[in-house]
Amino acid sequence: MSAAPLILQAFREPGRIDRFSLADWTLLLRQAAIANLTACLYYLAEEHAMLERIPAEAREHLDWSRALGERHAQAVRFEIREIGRALADTGVPLVFLKGAAYALAQLPPARGRLFSDIDILVPKERLGEVESALMLHGWAGNHLDEYDQRYYREWMHEIPPMQHMRRQSLIDVHHAILPETSAARPDPARLRAAATPVEGAGGAAVFAPEDMVLHSAVHLFYDGELDHGLRDLLDIHRLLLRFGAAPGFWDRLPRRAAELELGRPLFYALRYARELLHTPVPAAALAAAHAGAPNPLLLALMDQLFRRALLPTHASCADRFTGSARLLLYIRANWLRMPPLLLARHLFHKAFITPRDKQRAETDKPF
Amino acid sequence: MLTVSALSRPELGRRLAHGGILLRTGSFVTSVISPIPHLADGIALLYADYPLAEPGGFADFHLHFEQGAGLRRWFRPQVHFNYDGLAPFDPLPVDQVFPMFEWTMNWCVSSRAHRYLLIHAAVVEKDSVAVVLPAPPGSGKSTLCAALVCSGWRLLSDELALVRLGSGELVPLPRPVSLKNASIGVLRGFAPQAVFSREVADTVKGTIAHMKPPADSIARAAEPARPAYIVFPKYEAGAAPRLAPIAPARAFMRVAENAFNYSVLGAEGFHALAGLIEASQCFDFSYSKLDDAIAQFAALARRAP
Repeated sequence: MSAAPLILQAFREPGRIDRFSLADWTLLLRQAAIANLTACLYYLAEEHAMLERIPAEAREHLDWSRALGERHAQAVRFEIREIGRALADTGVPLVFLKGAAYALAQLPPARGRLFSDIDILVPKERLGEVESALMLHGWAGNHLDEYDQRYYREWMHEIPPMQHMRRQSLIDVHHAILPETSAARPDPARLRAAATPVEGAGGAAVFAPEDMVLHSAVHLFYDGELDHGLRDLLDIHRLLLRFGAAPGFWDRLPRRAAELELGRPLFYALRYARELLHTPVPAAALAAAHAGAPNPLLLALMDQLFRRALLPTHASCADRFTGSARLLLYIRANWLRMPPLLLARHLFHKAFITPRDKQRAETDKPF
Repeated sequence: MLTVSALSRPELGRRLAHGGILLRTGSFVTSVISPIPHLADGIALLYADYPLAEPGGFADFHLHFEQGAGLRRWFRPQVHFNYDGLAPFDPLPVDQVFPMFEWTMNWCVSSRAHRYLLIHAAVVEKDSVAVVLPAPPGSGKSTLCAALVCSGWRLLSDELALVRLGSGELVPLPRPVSLKNASIGVLRGFAPQAVFSREVADTVKGTIAHMKPPADSIARAAEPARPAYIVFPKYEAGAAPRLAPIAPARAFMRVAENAFNYSVLGAEGFHALAGLIEASQCFDFSYSKLDDAIAQFAALARRAP
């Protein structure tokens, strides 16, 4: 087998990126750019005191991305504050998820992680209150047609995305971490009960360490959009490096996965994080997580798919099966979200009804 | 160092189509791959004096221009721009490939190079006096810039002023000067010796032609300059040349409006812009005749502190 893509080598051993030649850096920067990981690379190099040992041409690109990373971090802090302020009067228990949670709790994946929307979790019975409070403070629903509204409100685990009218920032309001229609439905009340408040965040909380890892795994392995697959796997890798050092974490993680019916995504997360990023996982935890493994035949197929689709979408990381692997995983993700009949109906609507309505709307315009 | 002119036109075409060339402009190296003859023609003509980096060496940007496949090859053929696997822009008629190349070269820098405060402005220099010409659209900045560089001023940049964060120096990025519509004829009359690209009609900006920068400007592309003036040019039919000072705070806001990444850079951007304004005298300049403008700029160069 040929050597691993440079970007995997870099994230496996950030303390050794000084061994890369200038030609290596040319390719590494291209892989990082398309995976949206250049700023991550900058901060990793900084943490490992590597910045001064990178060729000047490549260092310049990392410095460019640092500006974006800093600006983004500042904007995220601001949005988090604004959302907290908007919801303060409602008294709704507020949990930040994913990128916003890493930023709020100052966890390792936050540094240089660029993302476009803030995700929050609130109790389902208080969605109405939350939505109106956000609207009062300048967020408005995107223009979606009736079908999209129904898709979100009846079947999904979130309401339609809202965008701030002045700042254009996006917020996704969730009431669960998986759709209403999917087979596995971890109880959001249990996730919220275990969430830990963040100091100085006005009561806002983030998931407990095990739940944070599990949510990241659910998002990556149940979601069809793997364009940021490597970034999300890197989140898991860095969360495991951080939380894995705490006593008892590795015992609690597989236990919690079983409680929440999330054994399968945990199994995949540990498997591919270990394989692609060399994440250290204790043997006992691996053995416990094996309870979530699929049958060997399915696993052999998933290996073929995920080993391709988790790499950056750069030509240097692709072979002739990469495109098919991404497509199959996209179909799989939708399959997992909805029972077959509903899925068939959804795909039919998206293929035939939505384009027709759009066309009508276009022709109805006065000019 | 090997320059584009060292390659015969057929050899340049072959290299562009197979593996591409590494074109050095200022402090950037761009990998350009394309089998489209119009693009090779434009590069052969306007980039003749630019250095080529060694094949296989480091490249900052990766551009790929290709003609669409299928029926589109025969019926109104289009050029597709691809940045290392991404297609950030809609295709254009293949006739417009050279202007598209110039726009994407600007886009590469303006959307990425955040170790500079990037201002939509021309920069020229004479006797160590550098003048920044910020450009609200329609101001005639490129016309004036082209006339100045045909009159002994060094071209640092036509579209993008690069202010290095920290040092405050203006870093050159001399590239062909973009001229629109009536300006093309004006410049051909003003500087008959200058080299122009083929005129391309019906682009989103009207008819476009590019003027080749002086060889001396390209040769001195590694030599930064210190800002001395910021001049907002304005072409006004029939107007006598008029130079009006602008208060620094006002100039600050007007330059910020013309910056690409002022908000991305945060505090660093503020300090860089403050440094630029402090180092410069700022003016509005209206004119109708290029000769008047050249005389006015010569006077500015003489009286600089």
